[in-house]
Amino acid sequence: MTVDTVGRFERALEGLEVGLERVSAADASERIERIVEEPAVGASLPFEGVSLPASVTTEPTAGELEAARTGVTPVGFAVAEYGTVAVESTADGAEPISLYPDRHVAVVAESDVVPDLSAGFERLAEGFDAGRDSVVFATGRSATADMGDLVHGVHGPGDVDVIVLEDR
Amino acid sequence: MAQRSRAGTADRIRHLLETEGEAIHAQASHSNERRNVTYEATDDIEELRTEARAIKEDAIDRLPDLIETVREAVEANGGTVYVADDAADANAYVADVVENRTEENEVAGETDTPSVVKSKSMTTEEIDLNDALAAEGIDVTETDLGEWVLQVADDTPSHIVGPAMHISRAEIAELFNERFDPDEPFETAEELTRFARDHLGEIITDADVGITGANFVVADSGTITLVTNEGNARKCAVTPDTHVAVAGVEKLIPTLSDLEPFVDIIAKSATGQPISQYVTMLSPPTDSPTLSFDSPDEPITGDGADGAEGAGATDGTGDPDRDFHLVLLDNGRMDMREDDQLRETLYCIRCGACSNSCANFQSVGGHGFGGETYSGGIATGWEAGVHGQESAAEFNDLCTGCTNCVDACPVKIDIPWINTVVRDRVNRSSEPESYDFLVDGLTPDAESGGLDPGKRFFGNIGTVAKAASATAPVSNWLADAGPVRAALERTLGIDRRRDLPTFRRESLVDWFDDRGGEAASSRRADQAAARSGGTDLDREVVLYPDVYTNYVDVERGKAAVETLEALGVPVRVPDLPESGRAALSQGMIATADEQASRLYAAVAEDLDAGRDVVVVEPSDLAAMHREYERLLPEASFERLRENSYEICEYVYGLLENGADPSALSTGDGAEPIAYHSHCQQRTLALEAPTVAVLEQCGYAPTTSDAECCGMAGSFGYKREYYELSVDVGERLATQVEDAETIVASGTSCGDQLETLLEREVPHPIELLAPDGRRT
Ligand code: SF4
Repeated sequence: MTVDTVGRFERALEGLEVGLERVSAADASERIERIVEEPAVGASLPFEGVSLPASVTTEPTAGELEAARTGVTPVGFAVAEYGTVAVESTADGAEPISLYPDRHVAVVAESDVVPDLSAGFERLAEGFDAGRDSVVFATGRSATADMGDLVHGVHGPGDVDVIVLEDR
Repeated sequence: MAQRSRAGTADRIRHLLETEGEAIHAQASHSNERRNVTYEATDDIEELRTEARAIKEDAIDRLPDLIETVREAVEANGGTVYVADDAADANAYVADVVENRTEENEVAGETDTPSVVKSKSMTTEEIDLNDALAAEGIDVTETDLGEWVLQVADDTPSHIVGPAMHISRAEIAELFNERFDPDEPFETAEELTRFARDHLGEIITDADVGITGANFVVADSGTITLVTNEGNARKCAVTPDTHVAVAGVEKLIPTLSDLEPFVDIIAKSATGQPISQYVTMLSPPTDSPTLSFDSPDEPITGDGADGAEGAGATDGTGDPDRDFHLVLLDNGRMDMREDDQLRETLYCIRCGACSNSCANFQSVGGHGFGGETYSGGIATGWEAGVHGQESAAEFNDLCTGCTNCVDACPVKIDIPWINTVVRDRVNRSSEPESYDFLVDGLTPDAESGGLDPGKRFFGNIGTVAKAASATAPVSNWLADAGPVRAALERTLGIDRRRDLPTFRRESLVDWFDDRGGEAASSRRADQAAARSGGTDLDREVVLYPDVYTNYVDVERGKAAVETLEALGVPVRVPDLPESGRAALSQGMIATADEQASRLYAAVAEDLDAGRDVVVVEPSDLAAMHREYERLLPEASFERLRENSYEICEYVYGLLENGADPSALSTGDGAEPIAYHSHCQQRTLALEAPTVAVLEQCGYAPTTSDAECCGMAGSFGYKREYYELSVDVGERLATQVEDAETIVASGTSCGDQLETLLEREVPHPIELLAPDGRRT
């Protein structure tokens, strides 16, 4: 993807008060380690040469999930236009891991950042064809105004960070 | 009887204005402003709306097939589809699912009372699911914060998207402090939200079954789409091992690619957000592991069978512990599909934009402007379809046909028309009333008995005006007399606090004839053209003498004639039939239909002769440009629409084509003016030409952005709506009151402002007319 697309993604995330960090695959583990607040749980990262730091527990128990402050998950792709990440419902629990902890750290390959919603739907359709047919488009932080004023972090995370793998 | 129910309605509306109006207005108008801004910033918004509309038309057309398609898809995924005929059927099925699931769980030694967590769903409100489940001994907890507040308060939704919009933060704090008795009393939204999250979070993790609605259901993949900002729907769908989604059958769309425009537009129209926080597309049962929080030491990936395979591994049937049921609700929808007038309602995606854009809704909210379940403009269609006409009849008159919602609706539903149709049906089903004799003689309409006398009176206002004009000024003195006002209030429901229009003895048509008719007008136009030596425009105008311009606001008609002549265009003002606007606003479609035909016949020759029809009153032009599409043959409708213009729009065209503005009364270039266009004029995109003409003629107009003047033809005269009308009108009045000069295009807008501000509010054309027609 062009640098412009990532730039657009970054600007959209800025508007949503979501941080974006670009990092090489080699440095990713260290960067994630620095960003997470412990205890942290995660779903394993499918990107070549990238692994979760040891401080992030994979295949967590229900108790660990409930206690975690941070959840780290890969996302299938991201939509630059809206600052959206596509969390896939996988058997290793990416969906609940991205949802329950206060903070979600989403890891995406730069080549998976698509410019707009139409391109996002193309990716979505490809995934559906391959059996990945449950996906959440998550944009920014969980929010509500139901209690009389805008508050973030209701049922979902109140903090979100996105890590873009520059060379993946 | 009519009087008692009027008084009852008036009391109820007054109560809502006082108790809920402020909170509703703050939020609904805010969402509406944001929607406006977002629509404007979205380049392809019109394409999106058109596409969304087309998909819905197609989907509803193929609905029986789509039901079969989704059944196959969900079953192939490992879930179950149940089509429920009505509320009782759906409720019994859901209760069964919950009981079966709990029994299975009890074998594993778990809870006694089955517990269900729900995300927000108007469809489950429609069938009263919570009550039905409670009757079976099932605990139900709403997890959307707004819905939960209502559950705690034992209240009902006042808005289809923001259900607790009518309750302020302070009221929620008071409620929660009383109910939950915290150590430190709650005060801020932050504290309330945190408490709610923790409280509900525990209930969710312990729940046996999660129930959600669905915003869209993709038939060929069995995908449920949930659109939320809080994340509770995700939790309800994924945390318990059993997920039940309840959706109206109309939520089906054919394929995944059909989902795209809806994902793109639904948050824009609902709240003005570019996209919602969470658009959850689940094809359940999903691969996500079930979460068993009462075995905190078990890995969530279970026995490892699925977990070990890691991300991306799917066998197409999801986690084996998961159970999924899609309940598709008919409850009248298949009949709506067969109903040519109500079918459009099924395209609705429940975004609430029609509520937010509606001035009356902003003042009273869904507890006033709503039926058993649904609220806002489209509720008339929904209530008539799912609960029956009586439920719609309760609030249908609150739609004044202003058309503000028409440009807001993401699927381009003609919401005002649905309201007109249902009003017509309600009229026809009512019993004849005792005052019928009073209006019978006055009202040569095409309606059968049973119509409310007040509606019949206003629907036939043309005939009334003609009679009153013929007997003016005596009719005016009489109408103003105390006993007469009391009688009018009692019989026709005309509020005695409202000034009645003063009918003029000399109508516009009479005035025009007396000054020499078309021959004199041609002469004047020729002289003006010769004087200015400008371009020969070669146009001829038939000025439409609408009821108010002809009998009440005659000055603006004269101003229109003199303006056109001064710009070199000869005018005729024939005595033409009513447009049908008045009848339409009272739901008298048969009468309007006849009037449309008569009016078209009366101007057909002029149209053939190449004359332009120019209209002063925007609501009459709107009838010709919008409703006539349904009342006239297509060719006639197109012909009239293409050759009819709003007066200032027409003047704008003349100036653009070389007419000389110096023949008019021009300002010094900076004279400030407050201009309130007319609701229907705005929908026709005809506010801009008036602004442009005023600017070209040396004025500096600022436009109002208030939704409506609140008068809306007959609405503000009616006893039961007088106070609401004033409440809406005050918002406009406050916006414009500081300007030295105020002009308004609609008669009712002008009347309302004149009453509230106690000063003259002329039509813009009176300002522009040569030699200051303006008084
Ligand atoms: S009628 Fe249109 S604007 Fe109103 S709720 Fe339905 S989709 Fe939204």
